[in-house]
Amino acid sequence: MNIVVCVKQVPDTATERKLKSSDSTLDREAVDGLMNELDEYAVEEALRIKEAHGGEVTILTMGPSTAADTIRKALSMGADKAVHLSDDALHGSDSLQTSFAIQQVLGRTGFDLVILGSESTDARTGVLAAMLAERLGVSQVTLANKVEIDGSTIRIQRQTDYGFDRVEASLPAVVSVVEKINEPRYPSFKGIMAAKKKPVDAPSLADLGIDAAQVGLAGSATTVVDFAEAPPRAKGQIVTDEGDGGSKIADFLASKKFV
Amino acid sequence: MSVSPTQGEILVLVDHLDGELKKVTLELLTLARRHGDAAAVWIGPGYEGAKEKLAEYGAAKVYVAASSELTDYVVAPKAELLAQLVADKSPAAVLVSATAEGKEIAGRLAVKINSGVLTDAIGLTDGFVAEQSIFGGSTVVHSQVRQGTPIIAVRPNSTAPEASPSSPVEEEVSVVLSDAAKAAKIVEKVVQEKGERPELTEAAIVVSGGRGVGGAENFKVIEALADSLGAAVGASRAATDAGWYPHSFQVGQTGKTVSPQLYIAVGISGAIQHRAGMQTSKTIIAINKDAEAPIFDLVDYGVVGDLFQVAPALTEEINKRK
Repeated sequence: MNIVVCVKQVPDTATERKLKSSDSTLDREAVDGLMNELDEYAVEEALRIKEAHGGEVTILTMGPSTAADTIRKALSMGADKAVHLSDDALHGSDSLQTSFAIQQVLGRTGFDLVILGSESTDARTGVLAAMLAERLGVSQVTLANKVEIDGSTIRIQRQTDYGFDRVEASLPAVVSVVEKINEPRYPSFKGIMAAKKKPVDAPSLADLGIDAAQVGLAGSATTVVDFAEAPPRAKGQIVTDEGDGGSKIADFLASKKFV
Repeated sequence: MSVSPTQGEILVLVDHLDGELKKVTLELLTLARRHGDAAAVWIGPGYEGAKEKLAEYGAAKVYVAASSELTDYVVAPKAELLAQLVADKSPAAVLVSATAEGKEIAGRLAVKINSGVLTDAIGLTDGFVAEQSIFGGSTVVHSQVRQGTPIIAVRPNSTAPEASPSSPVEEEVSVVLSDAAKAAKIVEKVVQEKGERPELTEAAIVVSGGRGVGGAENFKVIEALADSLGAAVGASRAATDAGWYPHSFQVGQTGKTVSPQLYIAVGISGAIQHRAGMQTSKTIIAINKDAEAPIFDLVDYGVVGDLFQVAPALTEEINKRK
């Protein structure tokens, strides 16, 4: 089984994140980068599938050179190798372009399964897995909170607002997983040492048949018109409960016509 | 400033579950009417039960694709039908709800018609400029699609639905699905959380419990307060990680984003993780025993106190005043 996991390096959600005034893209220098938390579940799920069914797990990242940290973490967890797509021309690519670039990489790696986290914690668009399935013309089995492989059949539970859908499809497939599908492992010391020797392929855009004009900020299908820091919320009224806290809130709710 | 609305038809993908209309659809119709003619797109069985509501909220047209085949597979058939409608009707824009599935539909459609897609819009101005609240609500961005037909996923609860009765023209539509669109079959729909409470992202009022609630059984206090207000129940990550409440009710950076009229945070400190999921709520109330809790920076009204005293008293008071 050839499993490719798409991971993204994102700014730590616990830090203050900003856009750059120069080109309205994420200011990656201002904050520490780490693996998108939801991608950890994707890496873990891939490793479990490999452990049960054999095969190889390849990490695929698109991002600047600093994203090497995230690749190393995924390799430390137990993935076998990685592809790091990094080129200044990709900077500012939107989801349509990113899905195109990743499609080109997948053409190089081949795949039975592509696994992603359900979204990134920075852009939070939640569109990439669906876009990849569309581009690749393969089964979309996304938002999974349970995955089972049975020969060339994949069955998932697709999380919905009302519960879940049982979905069945044939491989190859694009899978996205939701938080808590599993408990991601921590890299072991042995894993960390082994990761240093694992191969990281770094294809150029030309290697992938991508014309620089097809990707990046200048050619993106969407553009930022402007942005600003959100105005702070007006300071509200805070009282200490003296046995009357409940009725005070009720009074406030009544004044706002909620009760 | 007076600007004429963008002309043309705006496709609104109706969000419904087996014919049961989601409120976000009425919000999308309201938004679409401000920028052109709202053309609802109904996919799947059950249109008859919802047609009056679509008319009431001003759909000028309804495209009805009633084939159940379109809802038997994951997402792809809906995108295929929309792509065909975009080709046939040349709409000015396509609006979908910014739910997990809505965004997936938007993503596939964007690839099919090679158009830009914007997600989680909380407002829309002329030229289909979308307002988005990002980085946990700390930054407001205005974005625009500059290639193809704008596809915009709009966050539920971001527009107040306004009725505007119409007599929509109905047109039956269909699409011959590709094999790729039939690759992932939905073999069973399992309804787990069918309760009296409204759905979390749709609810006008949300009451959430956090670490301070202290245990699964104590969530009864949160549920009782929610029920007194007809609200949905949410939970912070601390509460869902501890297993006190199901993970699907998590509000926050890695859970659901809600934008209700009223959000009541009970026993929630207000870490960035949580604020990212509720910061755009219109009115915020918090009950927390720690006066220094960051949640109090966000509130319109806050009570420093023991939630096990304050919340039940509030529930009782609300029930008394009904």
